[in-house]
Amino acid sequence: MSVRASTRPSIIATAILVLGALYCLLPVAWVVVASTKSAGELFSTLTFLPSTHLLDNIAELVAYRDGLFWRWMANTALYAGVGGALSAIVSAMAGYALAKYQFAGKAAVFNVLLAGVLVPGVVLAIPQYLMLAQVELTNTYWAVLLPSIISPYGIYLARIYAAAAVPDEVVEAARTDGAGELRTFAQVAVPMMLPGLVTVFLFQFVAIWNNFMLPYIMLGDDRLFPITVGLSGLLNQGASQPAMYTLVITGALLSVIPLVALFLLLQRFWQVDLAAGAVKA
Amino acid sequence: MTTTNDLAGALGGTAPSRTTQVPRRSRTVPARRAAAPWAFLAPAIVLFVAFLAAPILYSLYLSFRTEKVSGLGLGPGSRTEVWNGLTNYTSALADPEFLASVGRVGMYGLVVVPVMLGSALLFALLLDARRSRARRFSRIAIFLPYAVPAVISSLLWGFLYLPGVSPFYWVFDQLGWDVPSLFSNRLVLFAVANIAVWGGVGFNMVVIYTALKAIPSELYEAAELDGASQVGIALRVKIPIVLPSIIMTFVFSMIATLQVFAEPTTLRPLSNTISTTWTPLMKVYRDAFTRGDLYSASATSVIIAVATFVLSLGFLRLVQSRAFGQENNR
Repeated sequence: MSVRASTRPSIIATAILVLGALYCLLPVAWVVVASTKSAGELFSTLTFLPSTHLLDNIAELVAYRDGLFWRWMANTALYAGVGGALSAIVSAMAGYALAKYQFAGKAAVFNVLLAGVLVPGVVLAIPQYLMLAQVELTNTYWAVLLPSIISPYGIYLARIYAAAAVPDEVVEAARTDGAGELRTFAQVAVPMMLPGLVTVFLFQFVAIWNNFMLPYIMLGDDRLFPITVGLSGLLNQGASQPAMYTLVITGALLSVIPLVALFLLLQRFWQVDLAAGAVKA
Repeated sequence: MTTTNDLAGALGGTAPSRTTQVPRRSRTVPARRAAAPWAFLAPAIVLFVAFLAAPILYSLYLSFRTEKVSGLGLGPGSRTEVWNGLTNYTSALADPEFLASVGRVGMYGLVVVPVMLGSALLFALLLDARRSRARRFSRIAIFLPYAVPAVISSLLWGFLYLPGVSPFYWVFDQLGWDVPSLFSNRLVLFAVANIAVWGGVGFNMVVIYTALKAIPSELYEAAELDGASQVGIALRVKIPIVLPSIIMTFVFSMIATLQVFAEPTTLRPLSNTISTTWTPLMKVYRDAFTRGDLYSASATSVIIAVATFVLSLGFLRLVQSRAFGQENNR
């Protein structure tokens, strides 16, 4: 069999891929169309028949309770952006220490931190709430931000990146040149680990953006809500006032746009090797 | 062979190429350097203790306590916290609502995990196959749902399930067929499962695809020359090599499945078949925050955590030595 034969396009393979792609695009296409419909049209016109009310819907959403929607978007950006950045920094330091130093208790520290990957959020939710309530931090930005910084998986990834991208010789050379430990880390190791750290940041960013239970439990004041909890609340009101449904749908569309844009721009960082280093032929 | 350097390359990083020759230092390290790793680890350890370790211990403590009400339980001091032994656990395990939610999530997991990982593996292999077309478009499109939070995706699918909105109902209507509601008792599980599959398939596909791309092509070029089919190569060469990645996606999917909460909670306003105790986690939330019974809620959450641990640890044992020991045995 010639090599040419094995590169002949396969209709079945292509069809399966395209079907998968269409399945994944279906709800996204729907929300784009649905956000152009008025409340009356939503349940009466054909599903994928667009209408002309997009700008009305956006105006209504923006006007809803003096721009509460934008506040939710800003809150989400704050929780996910600041939380993700802090998480990447903390993970980078811990991962570097675990990869580049030999010290007593290293294996124990790593195993305990790693076990955190398996801890289901459910056991944490109630006690975290009670503990933060005792220091009167529930229903504040801190209640969502602080528990989001620690990421066992981020530390695990950072350790792998540090081991892979920062050669021991370079660290030794920096030390020989008289650089302190912190300077060696910040000016030599971090630039080498940077692409990996972007991945850690993105992971945590999405995890925080996705985390529904934590803000749902911690926050009572709807001006502190992230977009997910806010829209979920609007949907609840929709049961009694169907006009809310158009707000929810338009809100869903607008809230997804920045994240999708971020994904497309940063595609090259989404190469995930969960079992990194595991494949050793 | 795939080493950590390939990972750095795969991540677009600068694979370390410059090697500086330095004389090996003597074994005595200055005290400052001995303290350095602990200083670097300090923020992580403090946060780990405060937001992971301490809450777990606190949860355990609460799960053995209960509130004793004296008199009518009205005046101050009429409610006191006392030890309750294993009672919270025995009553949780005997609670029919809890058992029903466990059964439901078990069924849900049996649907979600194989369908999601099976399609993720299939898509990853097809993306890696030279004979597929539209690869770039498909990869981006299938990964896109990962950018959509579970609440938003539940909301989108929730509307698509409503007979007034759904295109499927319209098609069935035109054909004159009678369709059962997706929110009926029998189908609601699949309705929720579909949302989880939709949200997770792309991420798992990328994980497996990344592992596939790391396979050096020499490994299957020989088989290709021998006339092995692409399917044969996928089954006999590619899948065995990426097995560790598949096992990891399996463990993470299982953990996520046991904790399903956002999807059914979001769908509740659209459907009256999803109860407040539909999943174990929803029951924990209801007990703790609607009923104010933190003690039995803690016991239930500890049971879920232990079950998660036992299940996932079993699988992790399989890969641990290979997955987590990499820079020690270089």
